[in-house]
Amino acid sequence: MKISYYPGCTLKTKAKNLEDAALASMAALEVDFEELPRWNCCGAVHSLADDDLIHHVAPVRDLIRAMERGSDKVVTLCSMCYNTLARANLLMRDDEVKRKTINDFMDEEKDYHGEVEVVHFLNFLRDEVGWDKLRSKIKVPLEGLKLAPYYGCTLLRPKNVSIEPPGHPKIFREFLEVLGARVIDFAASTLCCGSYQILANPEAAETVAATILEGGINSGAEALVLSCPLCEFNLSKKQGDLLQKNMLSQEVPTYYFTQLLAIALGLGGEVCRFDLNDKISAELLKSKSLPSCDQAILT
Amino acid sequence: MSDAQTAPAKSTPAQQVATGDRAILPEGAKTIPIYVMGKKYEVPETLTIMKAMEFAGFKFLRGCGCRGGICGACPTVYRKEGDYKLHFGLACQTVVEPNMYLAQIPFYPANRAGYSLDEIEPTAEAIFALYPELFRCVACNNCTKACPMGVQVLDYISALKQGDIAKAAKLSFDCIQCGLCASRCMGELPQYHIAQLARRIYGKYIQPHADHLAKRVAEIESGKYDEILGKLTEMSKDELAKLYKEREREPDLAPLGTWMPQDTQYL
Repeated sequence: MKISYYPGCTLKTKAKNLEDAALASMAALEVDFEELPRWNCCGAVHSLADDDLIHHVAPVRDLIRAMERGSDKVVTLCSMCYNTLARANLLMRDDEVKRKTINDFMDEEKDYHGEVEVVHFLNFLRDEVGWDKLRSKIKVPLEGLKLAPYYGCTLLRPKNVSIEPPGHPKIFREFLEVLGARVIDFAASTLCCGSYQILANPEAAETVAATILEGGINSGAEALVLSCPLCEFNLSKKQGDLLQKNMLSQEVPTYYFTQLLAIALGLGGEVCRFDLNDKISAELLKSKSLPSCDQAILT
Repeated sequence: MSDAQTAPAKSTPAQQVATGDRAILPEGAKTIPIYVMGKKYEVPETLTIMKAMEFAGFKFLRGCGCRGGICGACPTVYRKEGDYKLHFGLACQTVVEPNMYLAQIPFYPANRAGYSLDEIEPTAEAIFALYPELFRCVACNNCTKACPMGVQVLDYISALKQGDIAKAAKLSFDCIQCGLCASRCMGELPQYHIAQLARRIYGKYIQPHADHLAKRVAEIESGKYDEILGKLTEMSKDELAKLYKEREREPDLAPLGTWMPQDTQYL
């Protein structure tokens, strides 16, 4: 089985901390990942308009690139890329008419019919690596860390691309438990972060972001765990605004799930690029005096 | 004198052929129909689009530059009879085919952002700020299909969105700024201007600088070569010819690094 890795634009710029920690972890887990040599933007958001096919061309082109490499699967880290690619893939599998229209338009490429499977890294870790193997590789259990997994929308909705059967998602909980953390479930973990409304309707996005962050800490979590740079923007980068407007009672540390994976695998803080997180996130980890990585964390 | 003029036209007129990019036809040589702005012209079959149009009587005041396929002044869009596809080429490089429907696109409007290269932050974010329309790309690939130089335009636009200025600079290296990419863009991007900015930033801030070049420039600026250059410019032709003939010259096939001239004062 050949697996291609699709990074996504933001992971190469503002969210290097999501990618670098994942790449180091994949190497430590001896996972043979190959970044697609050619790829474009995933489309960033799935177009819902029935007659708007042009916005599916970008994700389909990426899937064709994976198919050209002979890959069975393409793995993503970013929830948004996962969602956009997975939905475009379903469209190409299920809708004969739209598939033909898109394939005809992209007449310089091979026809695509949904040959490749789109997989989020959390599913990959559970299904391909396996929790038992992952557990055996943990060198720095995240003991004493109370973490709230935040799914947001795009890992779970719509249900036909949900990374788990709809209902009570547990994959994030299982993942963090394998890393040795104490997992705090909270009601707002599947609320939308506000998404692109942060541009068009910032008040609405800020309200929901505050609800999520307060929901996490009121449930006893010390930090939120994320898998999407847009969620990270709304829930972390915008915290300053929320504090200033008295919408939030305290700063809340946030991590990408891959950063915690790298720490737990004993890879140290350097690969995690904590310089791109809020300072408080690295400080929380440091305060836990986790063996062999406390000094490296703040680098 | 051209082949066309010396060819024995009278004896075997049926076998006359036009050759090369010459607009003077041997008598009876074959011509083909092309359509310029919808009007039909019979032109010699071996001409480039540019020469064929001149043969047909057009005179280029603009839309023609180097005639060598590198200045980007003569982009041409054409269709062929019975083919839905648009084709693109440089008029000075593309040979006419029967029943081509041609249009010259010597200029295409595309906004160029103002910036000072000395003051610019050499980051992808600086490019995003100057050209926010970059993110209107829908990856339709029309740009790449339109490029007469075979540049992977979508790939360099994607590289920039991924923050990889060096990759964008390298992928766009063959761009001749003809503007056909911008003419076909669904997102209305001025790709070639964005690529030019990427190459400028790459050249000034990212590409490793050659120390020996900086050293040589400093020597030139210090006046090291002024005296000899002054002498050379005042020499007569005979003196120059003599100097040239007597110059020290590395023997052919001398193993690398084994030869040194006697006079090393300018090395």
